[in-house]
Amino acid sequence: MENFLTQLIGGLNVGSIYALIALGYTMVYGIAKMLNFAHGDIIMVGAYTIFVAVSSAHVPPYLAILIGIIVCAVFGVVIEKIAYKPLRNTSSLTVLITAIGVSYLLQNLSLLIFGEQEKSMPALFHFDGLMFGSVRVPGETIITLAATVVIMIALTLFINKTKAGKAMLAVSEDKGAAELMGINVNRTISLTFAIGSALAAVAGALYASSYVYIKPTMGAMTGIKAFIAAVLGGIGSIPGAMFGGLVLGIVENLSKAYISTQISDAIVFGILILVLLIRPTGLLGKKRIEKV
Amino acid sequence: MKKLLNKKNLFYLILTVVVWGVLFALSEGRVLSYQMRNMLVPIGVNIILAVSLNLIVGFLGELALGHAGFMAVGAYAGCLLIKTMSGLPPMLALVIGMLAGGLAAAAIGFVIGLPVLRLRGDYVAIVTLAFGQIIVTLLTNMKVTGGASGLKEIPMEANFTIVYIVMVVTVLIIATLANSRHGRAISAIRENEVAARSIGINITYYKMLAFVISAFFAGIAGVLYGSNLGILIPRSFDYNKSIEILVFVVLGGMGSLPGSVIAATILTLLPELLREFSDYRMLAYSIVLIAMMLLNASPRFESVKAKLNWRRLWALLKQKLEKKPNKA
Amino acid sequence: MKKTVKSVTAVLLAAVMMTGVMAGCNGGGDDPKVLKIGCMGPITGENASYGTSVRNGAQIAVDEINAAGGVNGMTLELVFADDEASPEKAKNAFSSLMDEGIDVMLGATTTDATIALGELTQQENMLQVTPSGSGQDCTKYDNAFRICFTDPLQGTTMAEYIYNTMKKTKVAIIYDNSNDYSKGITEAFRQKFTELGGQIVPDAQSFGKDDVDFTAQLNNIKNSDAEAIFIPAYYQKVSAILQQADKAGLDLPFFGCDGWDGVLNQLGDDKALAEGAIFLTPFAANDPDEAVQKFVKAYQDANDGATPDQFAADAYDGVYVIVEALKKANVTDSTKIDNDALIQAMTQISVKGLTGDMTFDASGEPNKSAKIIEVVNGEYTVRK
Repeated sequence: MENFLTQLIGGLNVGSIYALIALGYTMVYGIAKMLNFAHGDIIMVGAYTIFVAVSSAHVPPYLAILIGIIVCAVFGVVIEKIAYKPLRNTSSLTVLITAIGVSYLLQNLSLLIFGEQEKSMPALFHFDGLMFGSVRVPGETIITLAATVVIMIALTLFINKTKAGKAMLAVSEDKGAAELMGINVNRTISLTFAIGSALAAVAGALYASSYVYIKPTMGAMTGIKAFIAAVLGGIGSIPGAMFGGLVLGIVENLSKAYISTQISDAIVFGILILVLLIRPTGLLGKKRIEKV
Repeated sequence: MKKLLNKKNLFYLILTVVVWGVLFALSEGRVLSYQMRNMLVPIGVNIILAVSLNLIVGFLGELALGHAGFMAVGAYAGCLLIKTMSGLPPMLALVIGMLAGGLAAAAIGFVIGLPVLRLRGDYVAIVTLAFGQIIVTLLTNMKVTGGASGLKEIPMEANFTIVYIVMVVTVLIIATLANSRHGRAISAIRENEVAARSIGINITYYKMLAFVISAFFAGIAGVLYGSNLGILIPRSFDYNKSIEILVFVVLGGMGSLPGSVIAATILTLLPELLREFSDYRMLAYSIVLIAMMLLNASPRFESVKAKLNWRRLWALLKQKLEKKPNKA
Repeated sequence: MKKTVKSVTAVLLAAVMMTGVMAGCNGGGDDPKVLKIGCMGPITGENASYGTSVRNGAQIAVDEINAAGGVNGMTLELVFADDEASPEKAKNAFSSLMDEGIDVMLGATTTDATIALGELTQQENMLQVTPSGSGQDCTKYDNAFRICFTDPLQGTTMAEYIYNTMKKTKVAIIYDNSNDYSKGITEAFRQKFTELGGQIVPDAQSFGKDDVDFTAQLNNIKNSDAEAIFIPAYYQKVSAILQQADKAGLDLPFFGCDGWDGVLNQLGDDKALAEGAIFLTPFAANDPDEAVQKFVKAYQDANDGATPDQFAADAYDGVYVIVEALKKANVTDSTKIDNDALIQAMTQISVKGLTGDMTFDASGEPNKSAKIIEVVNGEYTVRK
C-alpha cells in the first residue's frame, strides 16, 4: 500500500507536467485547428532560458521563471506569425509538416548553442517535502501539483469570465462568425499561442526542478507524451487536458511499478491507439461532424 | 500489350540497363572512390523508402510518421529469415528474405491501416508515430531480435545490382499505380474525402491499398538495409529516421516520384560529401521542411513553379537540342 | 504511362548525376613515410563526448610519438571521421577513411559502430584496435583487438567485489535497457552474483533511452530489502538517478561500472550524492602516477583545460599499442604493410599503458587489471 501511494504520487508529479503541456496543445488545437508539434520544444526553450538566467546572470529563481515565461510567450507568438499564419487556409498536412520542421529547428538550434551535454539546473525551489504517515512527498511534487491546480483554476476563470477568454471560445467555435462579431481573430490566436507557450515555460521550470538535468531534446518525448495526454482527454477540451495528463502520468508510473519497466512506453502508446479506436474524440472530447 | 512495348518504353528500358552497366563498370573497375562505391546501396534503399512513403503522403495525403517502423518490421523479419537459410544460395535467400520482409511489413501496414481508416488528419500522424515507437520498444525488448544489442551476423549480400533492380521495379510499380484508375481514386481521397466517397470511391479499400503497398516496399528496403550493414539495431528506426524519409518526400515535392528519387539521392550523398558540416545537417533539414511548406503555400511561388515545371524544362531542352543542328 | 516514363528518366538522371559527383573522388598518392591511423567515433549526436575524447586522446599520443621521431622512420598521421555512434554511419565513415588511404584502424568508439566496422576491416584484413568498444562481438574477427574491458568482465568483477569484499547479499540493479553496454554488464552481473549465492531484489529495474523519471524504479527498490544498488550505466543517467534517489529518501550504498567516470563533474554542486559510491575503471585522472599526470597535463593544455576521461586514455593507449605492433612487425614503409604479420605481432607485445599494463591474446582481449575507485570527499580515490 505504501509503495502504491508513493508510486501514485510520483505519477501525479509527471502527470501534472504533462497536463500543463497538454493545455497548450489543446488550446492551440481548439482555436487554430492545428497540431503544434513544436509545443514540446517550447518547454526546452523555457528551461534553457531559466538555466541561463539563474546560472549565468545569477537572477533569483522566481524572476528567472518570469523571464522564461515571457521569452516563451514571445517565441510562441513569433513562431505562429512566421510559420503558421501563412498556412492558415492550407491542408492540415502542410501545417503539420511545418510544425515538425519548427520542432526540429528549435532542437537543433539549441544543440548548436548549448551543446549535447546535459546541463544541471540549480535548485529553483527550496522546499523539503512532507511526510504523510510513512509516505514521503517530495517538495518538488507539492509545488508542481499546487502550481498546476492554480493555473488550471486561473485559466478556467480567464476563459469563462474575461472578454478575451470569451473571444477565444468564440473563435474556436466558428472563426468566420467570430470575425463578423468584431472579434480580432489574429489577435486572439496570438494570445492563445502566448498563453500556451507561457504554460510550457512553467512546465519547463517544474520539469527542471523535478529532474535537474536539461538537454536540447528534453521536449521531444515529453511533448509527445503530453500530446497523447491531450488526445486522451479529448483534444480541444481544457478539463480534458488536465484529466488526460494526470491519468497518463499515473498509468505510466503504475505500469513501471507493477507491470514492466521495459514496456511502459509501449503501454502508453497502446492506450492512445485503443482510446482513438473506441472514442476517436478522446475521453472528454466533443463529437463533430465533418462537412464538405 | 501493344502499348507496353512501344518505342519510348523500349528506349527507357535500354537506358536503364545502360546506366546500370555504366555504374556497375565504374564501381567494379574501382574508378569510383571507396566512399562512393559504398554509397550506392544506401542511395537505392533511400529511394525505395522515399518513393513508397510518397504514396501515402503525396498521393493519399495522409501524414505517416511511422515509415521507419514498417522498414524495421521488414528488416527484422526478412533478416531473421535469411539467417535461417544458410543452406540456400545467398542471392536466393536474400530474395526470399526481401519478399518475406515486405509481406511482414505489409501485414503490419494492414493492422495499422485499421485504426488509421477511422481517423483523420492529425490523428493519423500521431497514431503512426505511436506505432513507430511501439515497434522500437518491442524490438528493444524481444529476445529473438537481439534486443538493444541488435541482430548481428546477417549475411551481407546486398549489392548495387540487386538494389538497382529492386529500386527500378519499385518506382515502376508505384508510378504505374499512381497513374492508374486506382491512383486517381487515391488522389481523389486526398483532394476531398467526403466528395470522393460521394462519387462512389471505396475509401476504406483505397486507403488500405496505399498503406499496405507503401509498407510492403518499406519492408523490402529494410531487408536491403540490413543485408548491407550486417547488423540491425532498434534505435536506427526511431522517429528521426521517419522524419528523414519525410524530408526526402517533401523536398522532392509531395506527389512527385521523380522528385523523391532525386531528393533521396542528393540528401543521401550530401552529408557524406560535406562531412565537416554534419552539425548543421539536421538544422538544414528543419529549414528545408519549413521553407518548402511556406513556399508551396505562397501564391507567388506557385506561378514561378508553373513556369518551371518538368515538362516545360524538358520541352525547352528539346527545343534547344533541335535548334542546334539548324544553326550549324 | 507518361508519368512512369518521367520517373524512370529521373532515376536515370539521378544515376548519371551520381556518376558525375563520384568521378575523381579517389584519394591521392600514398607517402611511404607517413603512416595513417584511421580513427572514428561520434562527435555529433548524443554520444558526442565519447568520440571527442577518443579523438583528442589519440591525437596527444600521435603528437608525442612524432615529436620523439616517429616509428621506424615513419611519421604518424591521425585521420578522424564521425560515425554518430551508428553502424550505418560507421560504414560510411570507414569508406571515407579508406579514400584517405589509412593503413591501420583505431576504432570505433561505441560497440554498435565497432561491430559494423569489424565486418569491413576484416574484408580488408586491416589491423583494428578499438579503444572502447566493450561489447563481446567487437573482437569477433582475428584482426580486431580492444583496449578496454569487456562488458561481461566488468559485470563479473563487480559481482565478486560486492559479494566477497563488501559482503552484500541482496542487491538491486537499475540499468539502461536500450543500451547494449548496460545490458551486457547486467546479464553477467546477475549470473555471477546469483551463482555466488547472492540475490537480485527486486527483479532488475530497467529504463529506456529517453527516460528522465526514475522514481518508479527507485520506489520499487526502496520497498524491497535491497542492501545496495548496482547501476551499470553511463554517468549522465547515473547523476539523474542519484539526484532522484536522494529525493525519494533512498539511502543505500551505490556501485557502478566504468561508465561512471565523469559523474562527479556532472553532479556539479551535488557531489555529496555520490559520496561512498564504488565503481570500476581502468583510469583515473587524479592518479598520482607520473605518466598519467603527464598525459592529463598535455590533454588539458591541448583542449582548453578539459580533463581527460577513460575514453581519452584508452585511445591514447591504443595508439601506443599500434605503434608497438608496428615496431614488432618491423614496418618501415606504410605502402608495404604485411597485415598478417602486423596482426600476429599484436599477440607478442606488452605495453605499459595509462590504463594498466597489457598483453593481448589471439581472441583480441587485453589482459590487464582493473582499478576500484571510491568517491571520497568528492574526489575519485583508488581503493586498495
